[in-house]
Amino acid sequence: MSFPKHLLDFQGWSRAQIESLLETARLMQEVLARPVKKVPALTGFTVATVFFEPSTRTRISFELAARRMSADVVSFAGATSSTAKGETYRDTLRTLDQMGIDAYILRTDAAGVPHQAHRWLKKPVINAGDGWRAHPTQALLDAFTLLERLGSLEGKKIAIVGDILHSRVARSNAELLPRLGAQVVACGPATLLPAHLPGASLTTRLQEALEEADAVMVLRLQKERMDRGLLPSIPEYIAGYQLTEARLAWAKPEAPLLHPGPMNRDVELEGTLADSTRSLVERQVANGQAVRMAVLYHVLVGKQ
Amino acid sequence: MKGEILIKNVTLVDSQGTHGQADVLVGEGRIISLAGGEAAQVVEAAGLYLSPGFLDPHAHLREPGQEVKEDLCSGLTAAARGGYTDVVSMPNTTPPIDRPEAVAALKSRARAIGQARLHPAAALTQGQEGQLLTEARLIKEAGAVLLTDDGRTNEDAGVLALGLRYAASVGLPVAVHAEDAGLRRGGVMHEGEVSFRLGLPGNPAYAESARIARDLEVVRYLTEELGVRAEGHSLLHFQHLSTRRGLELIRQAKREGLPVSAEVTPHHLTLTDRYLERLEPLYKVAPPLRTEADRRALLEGLLEGSLDCVGTDHAPHTADEKELDLLRAPFGIPSLEVAWPLLYTELVEKEGFPLPTLLERFTDGPRRLLGLPPIRLEEGAEASLVLWAPRLKRPVEPRTFASKARYSPWAGWQLQGWPVMTLVKGRVVFADLLDYRP
Repeated sequence: MSFPKHLLDFQGWSRAQIESLLETARLMQEVLARPVKKVPALTGFTVATVFFEPSTRTRISFELAARRMSADVVSFAGATSSTAKGETYRDTLRTLDQMGIDAYILRTDAAGVPHQAHRWLKKPVINAGDGWRAHPTQALLDAFTLLERLGSLEGKKIAIVGDILHSRVARSNAELLPRLGAQVVACGPATLLPAHLPGASLTTRLQEALEEADAVMVLRLQKERMDRGLLPSIPEYIAGYQLTEARLAWAKPEAPLLHPGPMNRDVELEGTLADSTRSLVERQVANGQAVRMAVLYHVLVGKQ
Repeated sequence: MKGEILIKNVTLVDSQGTHGQADVLVGEGRIISLAGGEAAQVVEAAGLYLSPGFLDPHAHLREPGQEVKEDLCSGLTAAARGGYTDVVSMPNTTPPIDRPEAVAALKSRARAIGQARLHPAAALTQGQEGQLLTEARLIKEAGAVLLTDDGRTNEDAGVLALGLRYAASVGLPVAVHAEDAGLRRGGVMHEGEVSFRLGLPGNPAYAESARIARDLEVVRYLTEELGVRAEGHSLLHFQHLSTRRGLELIRQAKREGLPVSAEVTPHHLTLTDRYLERLEPLYKVAPPLRTEADRRALLEGLLEGSLDCVGTDHAPHTADEKELDLLRAPFGIPSLEVAWPLLYTELVEKEGFPLPTLLERFTDGPRRLLGLPPIRLEEGAEASLVLWAPRLKRPVEPRTFASKARYSPWAGWQLQGWPVMTLVKGRVVFADLLDYRP
């Protein structure tokens, strides 16, 4: 099976390709369980993480994933350097490209930059988050973690709760999970909910979203939403949408809890829930590395 | 009779229809004869159409202050190549055109350049700040034809009402970019299914229609209660309509006899928000590309005349700026050089839109907005004309643009109807007959 030479979103990725990629992630998980967590699969390849928007966790996850497969890694944090001086993304990327980079891992605050980069560079580009639009590796690691716990996603109801309007995690999950058979319900305050979200049904009622849910994904609430007047206050949000022990009881018993992080404890969810046995938050982080190893392997080497 | 140019065997076509073949003799700035004669230069024009020159009521030529994007020379040359003999330039330059001296300086520089004629629009308010009115009378004497704060929309309806009353009293129309800033918020594309999917901040359709409704109420009050009259021109002109609902409001207002007019751009007639799925800032424009239903409604509005004219909203930027991301790239599409072949191909050839009606919207319609009489293809008429090739097909090639903005959302589109010669008062300002292969 051949694979697309990029991961901008899931367009161009079939269900079979996605399942095969998740299967590779399982193999990578085994590598990560070994005492020496390193394989030579990407020896000789150079991978660049280019983050025009700051993110420590995702960048480290990608960099470790690349290093564990013996790739050379360079990282570029653009948010405070060249772009602030007026250099365009295109110039920055073209400059890097003169240094023999084989694949780019790109994060930006604006939708579409990974597509633009792919057009400019004609090299593998992995989208590590573009604006509110897509964060495909996050969705893959969420799917991987859910599959680990639930066995299959066929017919499973997954609730996503929080600021859906500004969430690339919600969009990518709504794109990916239904392809694996799941049904996605997105829930949040009316001002933080788009009118349409392909792949998901929408509701402002938390109980409706959680009832009979097989898993619950909680998103981070950003304070910026209050500054822009989209939410009256944090207590107002908590009153309607904070995930509490009592509200989680609406979901199926043992339904696991996911969060893409970083968490605001006691805002979008009760702090104690994050540490409970139902929480898969740490598992998500661990799986993130295996999934990113699999993605790098597929876009660079291409064949199984 | 002796003339300067004889255009032989050309088909005459204007807003009134097609008038058959003629040998058009042009001299001393006028059409001397439609029955031939002697001339210094003879153009064999069988298979070509001759029409009155186009007037663009809405172009951004960027001078002064933003010459890196465009200047009068590149902009007016682009216009001439697009078949335009006359261009209204927007005042949102750096600094804005808000003084009579600035208007006079633009006029004089454009005369020296000698391409398409320039008709400056000036700011409605000082500094386009939406507070104090500009010197409309002196500005008109200096040569301005229109007042507008354009992209800087007059949020204060009281200022708009004062401006409309004053402008009407000195005989100038006012144009507005109708968009409610509060409803638009940070929108970079049409708010709808596509923007939600792409996770891009949306600009909802009612940001336009809510604002049009308010402005129409201002016009209604001024005309019905205060007796304000616009003599021979539009009182309030709505720029670049983009929504079906906005169009419905204008259609209704016109039925009721309000003295308003409206324009539509080539991009809103040929593109929709689906193009943004390409995640390419080329398609970022204000107001945004809307849905197919809006596009079809605009076509209908152009056909029936609720939309009086086509305005390009030619808005050049540097290629570097347009290669930024979708949040940071500036709004705007350059279109002076392609507007006519684009709409001729996409509307007349493909959709069966009547050619005379499209010509009306490029010629008489925009002239009426400014209170100018139409140009007729008859002896004695001003020889501001465009010769164009209805069968000449070639792709849009931005690298050949005279405009400094050498990119286009229509790059590669096969278009026909390209202008091959433009005359301003009998003087050839553009000729590319090499491109004409009958």
